[in-house]
Amino acid sequence: MDILTQQLINGLVLGSIYALVALGYTMVYGILELINFAHGEVTMFGAMICLAVIGALAGNGTGLDGGVIVLLGLLAAIAVCMVMGFLIERIAYRPLRRAPRLAALITAIGVSIVLQNLAMLIWGKQYITFPPLLPLVRYELGGAVITNLQIFIMVLSCLLMAGLLVLVKHTRLGRAMRATAQAQDIAGLMGINTHTIISVTFVIGAALAAVAGVMVSAYYGLAHYYMGFMLGLKAFTAAVLGGIGNIAGAMLGGLLLGVIESLGAGYIGALTGGFLGSHYQDVFAFFVLILVLIARPSGLLGERVVERA
Amino acid sequence: MNILQTRGLEVAYGGIRAVKGVDLTVRRGELVCLIGANGAGKTTTLKSLCGMLAPSGGEILYEGSPITGIPSYELVRRGISLVPEGRGIFGRLTVEENIKIGAYARRDGAGVRADQDRLYDLFPRLSERRSQQAGTLSGGEQQMLAIARALMSRPRLLLLDEPSMGLAPMLVQKIFEIIRRIAEDGVTLLLVEQNAKLALQASHRGYVMESGKIILTDSAAALLKDPKVQHAYLGG
Ligand SMILES: Nc1ncnc2c1ncn2[C@@H]1O[C@H](COP(=O)(O)OP(=O)(O)OP(=O)(O)O)[C@@H](O)[C@H]1O
Ligand SMILES: [Mg+2]
Repeated sequence: MDILTQQLINGLVLGSIYALVALGYTMVYGILELINFAHGEVTMFGAMICLAVIGALAGNGTGLDGGVIVLLGLLAAIAVCMVMGFLIERIAYRPLRRAPRLAALITAIGVSIVLQNLAMLIWGKQYITFPPLLPLVRYELGGAVITNLQIFIMVLSCLLMAGLLVLVKHTRLGRAMRATAQAQDIAGLMGINTHTIISVTFVIGAALAAVAGVMVSAYYGLAHYYMGFMLGLKAFTAAVLGGIGNIAGAMLGGLLLGVIESLGAGYIGALTGGFLGSHYQDVFAFFVLILVLIARPSGLLGERVVERA
Repeated sequence: MNILQTRGLEVAYGGIRAVKGVDLTVRRGELVCLIGANGAGKTTTLKSLCGMLAPSGGEILYEGSPITGIPSYELVRRGISLVPEGRGIFGRLTVEENIKIGAYARRDGAGVRADQDRLYDLFPRLSERRSQQAGTLSGGEQQMLAIARALMSRPRLLLLDEPSMGLAPMLVQKIFEIIRRIAEDGVTLLLVEQNAKLALQASHRGYVMESGKIILTDSAAALLKDPKVQHAYLGG
């Protein structure tokens, strides 16, 4: 088996998931200059909601096909997360629009903790497994193996990202989003209700997070109330890597981070003479981030760093 | 008939009052200018008129009804548009996108396209640079873009905040020509200017503002001859 190809495939799959989550961080940051720490938790809720729906429908004599059940779970996760995204902005961040940035940042951490605990109360502390509803198919690819799930994750991610790019670059709504990100008061002068645009941004980000959450849980076969923390941190890292606030940057950063992590995990043993094992893969992400930020403080595609007091 | 009237308008930043009881009247079809020294409160006044700042006191009447406290994105739909101080163009959007976003509130696609073509005729420089990032335009071109963008909303009342700021004399003349043409098209204009002479020469009437208050108002011709105005604002 070709280890390099295999790690590349695994990395791209993981990377597309990171990219979907990173988009939510970067879009919100682009408009509000706020790091929405609760975004990782929204991703976790996506996974949890999907699994809850699957749990309710599977093996209950509904007679539904496994694929249909997962699809219903996915749709429910998207719907619930969109509402969550809307409510988080409305309840936690909007009242702080004119408050100092630090207040919003602390609030974001607070929301994140609240959501984590809420999930723990609802679903408990144990790992929840993703039941094997989907037939797993393996394909040979250049000496490596790629599964139908992996293909599905990559294709869906690409479609969603392409759709987002078209939305942002070529539609009236997208123009309003970019205008709002550049200057809210001037956008208002154009007739744009910036509150609505900000809500829409949170809702879109949350929808992508929901999809990513479902993908992660399907991919690893597990979900957990704490899973949003590390996933969120990685995705945030990806957003910073690509240049926070930059949508294409989040996509690039996500994919890159996934690949680096995967290659790192595959070769770390060999590189360190067996001193470090593949469970050190998380270290790679942050190590790369530090290196990139030393060379390019505004990230790979970031335009500039605004110094603010 | 008055298109705009303020009564005892007050605007404050935190506890600091920047506009202290201003009474302004603008009649339909007029070109009125508001002049005054730096920090007099001109920008603050305009921002409150277009809904960017909520007044702390007094009343604003537009086309006969109170608009105090209505946000700017609503007022655009009612026909009030501002060309902000410093132009406020969206630097990372293209020229064309800036123009299009000026018509954000409009739903008449055909009318928007017609207006867009008309404005490109009026500003050929912008037409040549449609797909360029607006942030790369020269100062004069950016000012043209800011005016064109504001016109895309089809305003009935256009507020202009120092459109000639930072421009070379030739361009200042050009901007004033454009302002006259907009007025001839029937748009009511309230113009804030540092360049008091040119502003008064273009206007029907003028207001002189000092430390948040209107200290003088008259026809533009009379203000141009007023010794106080000549001394303080016309360098005479
Ligand atoms: N955002 C703000 N916060 C606090 N004070 C402000 C703010 N903006 C303006 N001011 C103050 O309000 C007063 C009026 O300012 P304004 O900008 O309206 O003046 P202006 O007449 O437009 O001056 P200029 O000709 O320099 O543009 C000034 O004393 C200014 O310092
Ligand atoms: Mg000013």
